[in-house]
Amino acid sequence: MALTKRIIPCLDLKSGRVVKGTNFLGLRDAGDPVELACRYNDQGADEVVFLDITASKEGRSALIHVIERAADELFLPLTVGGGISTTGDMTALLRAGADKVSVNTSAVKNPGLINEGAEMFGNQCIVAAIDARRNDEMKDGVNEIVMPDGSVCWYEVVIYGGSKPTGIDAVSWAKEAEERGAGEILLTSMETDGVKQGFDIPVTAKIASEVGIPVIASGGVGNIQHFYDGFVKGHADACLAASVFHFGEMTVRDVKEYLLRRDVPVRMDW
Amino acid sequence: MTQVAILDYGLGNIRSVKKGLEKAGAKAVITSDCEEIMASDGVVLPGVGAFSEGMEQLDDMKGTLFEFVEKRPVLGICLGMQMLLEISEEYGIHEGLGLVPGRVRGFEKKEGFKIPHMGWNNLTLTGSDPLFEGIKDQTYVYFVHSYYADTAPEYTIAETDYICPFSSAVRNKNAWGTQFHPEKSGDAGLKILENFIAIAD
Repeated sequence: MALTKRIIPCLDLKSGRVVKGTNFLGLRDAGDPVELACRYNDQGADEVVFLDITASKEGRSALIHVIERAADELFLPLTVGGGISTTGDMTALLRAGADKVSVNTSAVKNPGLINEGAEMFGNQCIVAAIDARRNDEMKDGVNEIVMPDGSVCWYEVVIYGGSKPTGIDAVSWAKEAEERGAGEILLTSMETDGVKQGFDIPVTAKIASEVGIPVIASGGVGNIQHFYDGFVKGHADACLAASVFHFGEMTVRDVKEYLLRRDVPVRMDW
Repeated sequence: MTQVAILDYGLGNIRSVKKGLEKAGAKAVITSDCEEIMASDGVVLPGVGAFSEGMEQLDDMKGTLFEFVEKRPVLGICLGMQMLLEISEEYGIHEGLGLVPGRVRGFEKKEGFKIPHMGWNNLTLTGSDPLFEGIKDQTYVYFVHSYYADTAPEYTIAETDYICPFSSAVRNKNAWGTQFHPEKSGDAGLKILENFIAIAD
């Protein structure tokens, strides 16, 4: 008996509705978030992540409303991310019923936000979300990552929904986020996101071994074995997926039954 | 209807605690008002945040809480549980409420273990406390914490193993505490809240 590995369905929201695209583009409407989250709860999801991709004011109030509704009906941990740039934003979401808030672009631009959030709400509340992309042009000071084919690269932090490279080394940034007080890393590889060929194992394993806080692997699940690889090869503490669950390709229960058969500890009684 | 007062001493997610108690059949009020607290059947001390900050925020309600717990039950959740203890070692040495003998310590770094302890882990029930009526041994509940209660077996009603075995639920007289979040632990968590409401009734 031990701490179990977590399966986390992720709901990308736009103006209060679930959307899901590939490679951060091409959005499709996939339904009411609270309805979907309840379905995942029934299937045995260990947590639910809501990522808001709207930038408008109306979209934000729709988000708060979704979180309130979700918190009223779901008795499992809820993480919310997207557009959080002040501790005031965090307060509003935590008050609405979120348990953790995830910061991405705003934390890269203002790393002190992680410290402030951790001091106010505790480390466990602050998730550092990192979008990373492979870069083959090696330079000084970056962490080398060896790919399965033997090639060497590094991973660069990209912000604004994957549109702006920063020149920042993702491994170093993950460590800095931990030092500043983040309680968890949510790592999305832009190499694999939406491609359905599995999580990006090299970068996930590297970051998971370099930080002392839990790492959530994100981006790329296409089949059930990918979850196993994320935990066993990527050393992730949790695996996040969206479209395979939204479009009914598999249920959370299917994934957990599979993992249990392969001796990955998961919570089965719910 | 059993009324449970959730002490509002600052930030964090107390909406879920309220909804959980309501779902479990209580009238739940979020309050820092002494009269309203004293008019309740039970008190929940929620907890998200840092220990010293929490104790500071709680200062005005301390007297009321001590008076309340003489006769009626109090349930501390997560940081709320840690505050029931005598001393915490989180960022320095801080004095707690002292309702449960013991000390709050930080997890020591250990190869292969991430801190915070975050996720679903199981409870080894060490007795037959009414808080766990109908709860099976080894039930999974949700944890998220970097500090844990170090208390004597006589005050421990459930134990969990992560890095070291620690007290995941405590009790001394009318003071109960859970390191895990019952309001985030699905049906098992709601059952535990229901049990607390029954104790308060």
